[in-house]
Amino acid sequence: MTGSATTAIAATQANTPGIWKRNQRAWAPWIFLAPGIAMFALYVIYPIIASMWLSFYDWDGLGTKTWLGLDNYVELFDDEAFYTSLYNNIIWLVLYMLAVPAGLFVALFLNQTVTGIRIYKSLFFFPFVISQVVVGLIFSWFYAPNFGLFYNMIEWLTGTGIAVLADDRYVTYGIIAAGLWPQIAYCMILYLTGLNNVAPDQIEAARLDGARGWKMLWHIILPQLRPATFIAVVVTVIGALRSFDLVSIMTDGGPYGSSRVLSFYMYEQALSEYGFRMGYGAAIAVVLFAIMMIFISGFIWKMVRDERGL
Amino acid sequence: MKLSRKSALLGTAAFALMATQAVAEQRTLKYYADFDPAPLAAFEAAIAEFEAANPDIDVVLQNFDHEGYKTAIRNFLSADSPDLANWYAGNRMAPFVNAGQFMDITDVWTDNNLGESLASAKGSMTIDGKQWGVPYTYYQWGIYYNKDAYKQAGVEVPKTWAEFIDNCAKFKEAGIDCVTTGTKALWPGAGIFDYMNLRTNGYDFHMELTAGKVAWTDDRVKNTFAEWAKLVEPGYVTANHAALDWQDAASLLIQGKAANYVMGNFAVAVFKDGGMTNDTLGFMQFPEITPGLPRGEEAPTDTIHIPAGAKNVDDAKKFLAFIATADVQTKLNEALGQLPINNQSKVGDDPFLQAGFEMLSTADGGIAQFFDRDAPAEMAKVGMEGFQEFMVRPENLDKILERLEKARQRIYK
Repeated sequence: MTGSATTAIAATQANTPGIWKRNQRAWAPWIFLAPGIAMFALYVIYPIIASMWLSFYDWDGLGTKTWLGLDNYVELFDDEAFYTSLYNNIIWLVLYMLAVPAGLFVALFLNQTVTGIRIYKSLFFFPFVISQVVVGLIFSWFYAPNFGLFYNMIEWLTGTGIAVLADDRYVTYGIIAAGLWPQIAYCMILYLTGLNNVAPDQIEAARLDGARGWKMLWHIILPQLRPATFIAVVVTVIGALRSFDLVSIMTDGGPYGSSRVLSFYMYEQALSEYGFRMGYGAAIAVVLFAIMMIFISGFIWKMVRDERGL
Repeated sequence: MKLSRKSALLGTAAFALMATQAVAEQRTLKYYADFDPAPLAAFEAAIAEFEAANPDIDVVLQNFDHEGYKTAIRNFLSADSPDLANWYAGNRMAPFVNAGQFMDITDVWTDNNLGESLASAKGSMTIDGKQWGVPYTYYQWGIYYNKDAYKQAGVEVPKTWAEFIDNCAKFKEAGIDCVTTGTKALWPGAGIFDYMNLRTNGYDFHMELTAGKVAWTDDRVKNTFAEWAKLVEPGYVTANHAALDWQDAASLLIQGKAANYVMGNFAVAVFKDGGMTNDTLGFMQFPEITPGLPRGEEAPTDTIHIPAGAKNVDDAKKFLAFIATADVQTKLNEALGQLPINNQSKVGDDPFLQAGFEMLSTADGGIAQFFDRDAPAEMAKVGMEGFQEFMVRPENLDKILERLEKARQRIYK
């Protein structure tokens, strides 16, 4: 009796010492997370709130801020250039999605065992390795009037060349084509790694059941590539919404602002040589953020659902 | 072993150098600038001369890339201010003056009698009746033309706008672009607009327009665009100019594929690099459109300012007074290939400079700075986009002017 009582007391004593010991399991994750949370709060959360706050002011970056309330937004929704940018952003989103199927087909094409296939794979991946700035420059030369390859080709075919980057009808498509080049390579590499994990026994079984070609791809391969597709769609949507470098390098938003996208318009208003309307730029950023949030929350929702195994 | 001894020696040498500098007890004068290589060399020579005359002052020049400087200045003026900084005259300096970031240096002007010697630029350096910087150079804008192209089309250099347009028809027949430009960076188009407006409505109206006092939908503005349309609608301007940089357009002129180019005098160096000589390159002032108007010209002025946060103000003022002297401006501009502001200075032998000097000193209308310096930055951006659009789609004119008018009402409150 006494023996068991003492062990019980000893056991409770061993459990009680220190708040730390008692809460170790609850606290440890937070401590490990703390640096990440601090960074995230400082570099992501705070700037988001600060730009929302700034979007209610008129500020040139130097002088004093004046409170405007919603005036920046009122002006924004009456701003032709804003709608041009928004429209271009939508074109970007839609056409950029072509990178996903295109990447898939390049990956399927390259997923074979031939001598030197690694070299071909690296060559196809190359555009993603070089900087967007370089891609932009290469394509501006490609489109350049009088000496560009594309211009001369069109001239040879139709008699009159088209200066893609000087024509408000084609300019956005021209830039998107340049953007697709590296983006397809990116999707391709995602699918290539995905294809490595396709279960050979399922393919074998499908083959025995007589699946072939499109049927095989649609019912057997693609379902197994779902994680790769998900990531490819996410990076492509985000890539389309944050498109900035190519617009800046290839046209600077021109001709007469017809190739602007929201991120570029924000930069132009807030930071470029003729801009410095910080509040207005911030308002554009907030709108862009809201659009991105639609997609991002969608993705997060899907990810959480998948993790719970629903 | 050998290597390390060498570097040790170098180290002592450097240390000794530092020591002598410390002994001399020089006051440093920090100067931020955005010079291209040729002007940089000229300024280094001028600084050496200044240091020789003032052995107790050590000018430390920090040179920036042109485009980067325009952003950098906003940061360094409020964060780590130098004693001197380059900028531009006219409305372009207004944001810094209004934000109290440039120092009022009216005393430098009065003490050195600059109001007289720099008279032509006084207006563009004055805000609220005070002077805010010292100009050291300007250059003319006008029409540069390819003499061979004129011969090929068999036309004479025009005197009036009507003759100019007539020539254009002949150039077009000969397969030559009458007027070339490259508006990818927008500003070259503004040069054409400035002259169209200066010649159609005169300097005073142009200044009122850029100061936001006249509506863009005003009939007089429409007259300017109607004259301009005579050039645009028949396709006398280089096609695809919206995809060209100004240098690309310059090479069209060099190759004789284009006849005329409305440009600043800095382009002469590019033309000559491309193989043009004084025999093939010509310069004319923009032809008269509305007869009898006092002739206004365009000559952007580059300036030096003292930031409000400067630490060594006395020496900075001394340096500005030095830069304003006739002799220094002569030498500087000889090297820059531009025109001195000081009316006692001598102008270089270059025929284009001589022509520009002649043209500017007889301009009875007034001297404009350039659209993006006369108009506030935001208006300049919207305006220049409008000019570019007009030169591509002249049929959109009404829409463009309405957009500019809307911007005007917002920007000039």
